[in-house]
Amino acid sequence: MNEELIRVDRLTMHFPLQKGLLANLFVREKRFVHAVNSVSFAIAKGEVLGLVGESGSGKTTTGRMILRLLEPTAGEVFYKQDNITAYSARDMECIREKMQVIFQDPFASLSPRMSIGDAISHPLKIHGLAKGAAARDMTLAIMEKVGLSPAPFLYRKYPHQISGGQRQRAVIARALITRPDFVVADEPIAMADVSVRAMILDLMAQLKEEFELTYLFITHDLATCKYICDHIAIMYLGRIVEIGPLRSVFSNPVHPYTATLLDAVPVPDPRYRRTHRMPRGEIPSPIDLPPGCSFHTRCPFARESCRVEVPALTEVGGAHAVACPVRAGSRGS
Amino acid sequence: MDHTETLLDIQDLRVEFPISIGTVRAVQGVSLTLKRGEVMGLVGESGCGKSTLGFSLLRLLRPPGRIASGRILYHGRDIVAMEEKELLAVRGTGIAMIFQDPLTSLNPLMSISEHFVETLRTHEKGISRHDALERAGGMLESLGIGTNRLHEYPHQMSGGMRQRIMIGLALIMKPDLLVADEPTTALDVIVEAQFLDLLQTLRESLNLAIILITHNLGNVAQLSDRITVMYGGTIAEVAPAQALFDEPLHPYTQGLLASIPNIRLEQPRLHTMPGSTPDLVDPPSGCIFHPRCGRAMDICSRQRPPAFLRNGHEVSCWLYGDAP
Repeated sequence: MNEELIRVDRLTMHFPLQKGLLANLFVREKRFVHAVNSVSFAIAKGEVLGLVGESGSGKTTTGRMILRLLEPTAGEVFYKQDNITAYSARDMECIREKMQVIFQDPFASLSPRMSIGDAISHPLKIHGLAKGAAARDMTLAIMEKVGLSPAPFLYRKYPHQISGGQRQRAVIARALITRPDFVVADEPIAMADVSVRAMILDLMAQLKEEFELTYLFITHDLATCKYICDHIAIMYLGRIVEIGPLRSVFSNPVHPYTATLLDAVPVPDPRYRRTHRMPRGEIPSPIDLPPGCSFHTRCPFARESCRVEVPALTEVGGAHAVACPVRAGSRGS
Repeated sequence: MDHTETLLDIQDLRVEFPISIGTVRAVQGVSLTLKRGEVMGLVGESGCGKSTLGFSLLRLLRPPGRIASGRILYHGRDIVAMEEKELLAVRGTGIAMIFQDPLTSLNPLMSISEHFVETLRTHEKGISRHDALERAGGMLESLGIGTNRLHEYPHQMSGGMRQRIMIGLALIMKPDLLVADEPTTALDVIVEAQFLDLLQTLRESLNLAIILITHNLGNVAQLSDRITVMYGGTIAEVAPAQALFDEPLHPYTQGLLASIPNIRLEQPRLHTMPGSTPDLVDPPSGCIFHPRCGRAMDICSRQRPPAFLRNGHEVSCWLYGDAP
């Protein structure tokens, strides 16, 4: 493993439930949405970790806590071995240029009143990296790099005047202009059309090599992970249930949830038939988490012990770890 | 094709949206047939006209959208020319429609049972409340939802369950055609798989014809008998599902298929298509796809290709035929 760039240790986020005034005054027991529950992982320099889960699994919250766009309830984030959860707002500002983010909706990420060029060069101004002609040159250069060409022409355009694919390119350019080494990409292609998705994925992979980037790639779509991720972590109700090298997890999913999720992915082939039955029901509420393993309510392999103990991630070989003693044990290893 | 079996026959349909800067030609001369009990996947990217086509089938277009010309023959009767009264009878009892977002399709102030009672009473005057509830309960059971949930409200149900309620409401009057517009787009992947399984069961038990509108080719692959690929308000290709995936003929279909990720295949890279979707106020001349097409010829920019028959595909591309 390369040098570690990001490490997350027992990161936890519990959002207090907003109740009415009377309830706040008279009900003593506070309730919480258990969005993220003690999540730990590390990302090596130059690696892409895919954080995969359904809506409400806590994947976006995890990404935001790493960038301290949300203050974690508990746990720590290390950037180059440095505990940034302890940083002051000022210190944090200094390293923000090294940690950037790309959101799902490029239209909402760009100010309608700012031209594309101004939006992309804005971070240079904020971080005091360049101004005037130098800033403009850097902006034009990065625009060409992400395929926004002819750059001098597009520089003056406003977000509504360019296509969705170009908008997402502009958002990527803005994230990369400060030369970050870590980027959180939160569903960067979920809003794009099929033909545009492939282009954005391709671009992200190419830029990763060129700028020596490390990505946390947050997605609900397992299929796209295949084209960009080195490792993946599967989240369910705020916990990582399986993590490991992409190939290992895809070819040998151990956790019953991972297996179900992989099987549920629509396959563009009329001959294909699913092998597993889909579990009945849906994800339980993160307010009252099921005791023990969160998946036991839907799991075909659940035993008595699963309802009691929260299973820890256990290695099943080659950096592939699973939080399911039942299935991990039955592999005969 | 046996003509008596034809359920729906769309002939040269044109739909327009007059707006301030011109007219959006959302559907530009689409012809399509559907047989009884047939499942048709209607696939395309945003703005290709697939949803507009779906809405036209029930004349549910929002103004200023209007059907400019063409016919939609349902059991031989033209929906475009129908009187309002006749149209109301077709909606729900003949053709039913479900939409992408089940939460906005259900009334938050009405319990599930009230939704069913309202639907049944609209179409069957004089049905008693007791009978209506009985029918609703039976429907819920066939959808895998306990009848005890009949008196709950939409907000008490999960997304997947709401979408099942929608399909229950759509099918309670036993229509023979269901138009489903992106029914699983708002659902998570496991719930989506459950829902597609349900559709499969329903079409078999009810001999239901379905038009499944989606941007996701993976969703329609296993369920559809035939697939229609739309681009820029026109039909690029229609073919039996297997044939379309095995041997896509239209360059757009080929590009689309190559750019979708397939988790079961070893593809090191995805195909990318140059350019972006066309401006439908001022669409390209000739074949609408020609500016993005790697195999465009002289004629492509001059003349719109008709549908050519080739190996069971209907493909609108000059690569497969000559100008008459």
